[in-house]
Amino acid sequence: MTKPTFILEAKSLDVFYGDMHALKNIDIQIERNKVTAFIGPSGCGKSTFLRVFNRMNDYIDSYRMTGEVLMENQNVYYKSVRVDELRKNIGMVFQKPNPFPKSIYENVIYGLKIQGIKDKKFLMERAVKALNQSALWEEVKDDLNKSALALSGGQQQRLCIARALAVEPSVLLMDEPTSALDPISTAKVEELIHELKEKYSIVIVTHNMQQASRVSDNTAFFYMGDLIEFGKTEEIFRNPKQERTQNYITGRFG
Amino acid sequence: MTNSQKNRIKDRIFEYFGIASTFFGLVILAIFIGNIVVDGISRIDWDFMTNLPSRKAERAGIFTAWSGSLWILSLTTLIAFPLGVSAGIYLEEYGKKTRLASLLEVNISNLAGVPSIIYGLLGLEIFVRVFQMGNSVLAGAFTLSLLILPIIIVSTRESIRAVPPSIRAASYGLGATKWQTIWHQVLPSSMGGILTGVILAISRAVGETAPLIVVGALAYVPFAPKSPMDEFTVMPIQIFNWVSRPQHGFTVNAAAAIIILLIITFVMNGIAVYLRNKWEKKISW
Repeated sequence: MTKPTFILEAKSLDVFYGDMHALKNIDIQIERNKVTAFIGPSGCGKSTFLRVFNRMNDYIDSYRMTGEVLMENQNVYYKSVRVDELRKNIGMVFQKPNPFPKSIYENVIYGLKIQGIKDKKFLMERAVKALNQSALWEEVKDDLNKSALALSGGQQQRLCIARALAVEPSVLLMDEPTSALDPISTAKVEELIHELKEKYSIVIVTHNMQQASRVSDNTAFFYMGDLIEFGKTEEIFRNPKQERTQNYITGRFG
Repeated sequence: MTNSQKNRIKDRIFEYFGIASTFFGLVILAIFIGNIVVDGISRIDWDFMTNLPSRKAERAGIFTAWSGSLWILSLTTLIAFPLGVSAGIYLEEYGKKTRLASLLEVNISNLAGVPSIIYGLLGLEIFVRVFQMGNSVLAGAFTLSLLILPIIIVSTRESIRAVPPSIRAASYGLGATKWQTIWHQVLPSSMGGILTGVILAISRAVGETAPLIVVGALAYVPFAPKSPMDEFTVMPIQIFNWVSRPQHGFTVNAAAAIIILLIITFVMNGIAVYLRNKWEKKISW
């Protein structure tokens, strides 16, 4: 069986927080091994939408959703789906670097350790691989047992990326991964995203228009809970079909 | 007088008032400790620690009292620590934030303020009579556990709540279950606070007298308890008993026993402070 071109899909998705209609009738298909950017003003629902895919909203008491969310044609909200298994397939990087208050090594292997893997050699191999993929290895190779909290913000964020990669997911969700970083660290992370898409399908939420145009293949523009426009990044930025998209990317509002 | 002069004077007045308030407490404590030490320090020796109670003041010792206290302390810890911490974890991590939950929360805090004699009466009815434990160490330990459970639950919840949500999110995001997240992330990060709360609660239990008298701790026990079902006495009851006797020798004994009890309490508080500092240094967000 060949794998479907689309790794993630949402069909007539509606999301509510209590009475608030946070996402309205969203249909979207996310391509495999591409970078898809979600852009839009604050509060437009793009982060909520990102968290729909790995069910991170499930912990919010007032949260309610209808519609279908598919990963490789499997509905991720079916009762038979185990959330922990799902999240091994869909890694996530958060807005603020959030390393565990443990050593660098412990951080990277956490996802594997909780799967019950104890083989030290295997764990070390994966840790080295993940740290290499996140371009952090050269900086930390002598300090693996040092506390992750001693790293700089940019290094912490790359450690969080390494931590997500060590589990070898097929999708990486990134929620404004560079908003807390300085320009140099941001550039490093963007470069990383570029390299990672060979192997991973990446969805990135960003406030930074230039970032979306630099790193992504496809872009989705959200506004007040609606998906206004979705297409090739070039098209969206060069010639948007919707006036609101045009206004937003040229900085006339937002 | 200008306004700013007035303000400066108010500032001064409050400063002096603050100093006076601080010293009030310290001076009283110093006088109290000084008095006790003068009265009792010379009475403390090996025999005093190892002798059984006696009708003669100079031959009486606190062996049964401190071993009773040690029994009570150990059993209370064994009962209250797992129950209190588990309840705290459940309420904070698993329990839904419903109206019932907030009602429960308020009432647990209220329970922490209920007079200890009430717990004694509860313990007498439930543990001594219904569960037929009799006037045993075990009944005393269960009663004191009830007394300190609210304190442990509240401090556990507060310590757990101090762990940033981003740490939980990171753990869930990597495929961890709730229990894995609690065990690997939440508990290690909050253990310092939890232990501090537990130790302070237990050091309160060590000083309790009223509820134990109600459940039947005796002032005179000829032997130290050998099992949880034995009769017992504890330090505060022994002290109370000696203080109420007319002979001077027993007053001296009481002072000496108070010194030992204070040392136990101070050491436990010291351990609590040490643990807090140690864990805080390790984890700073």
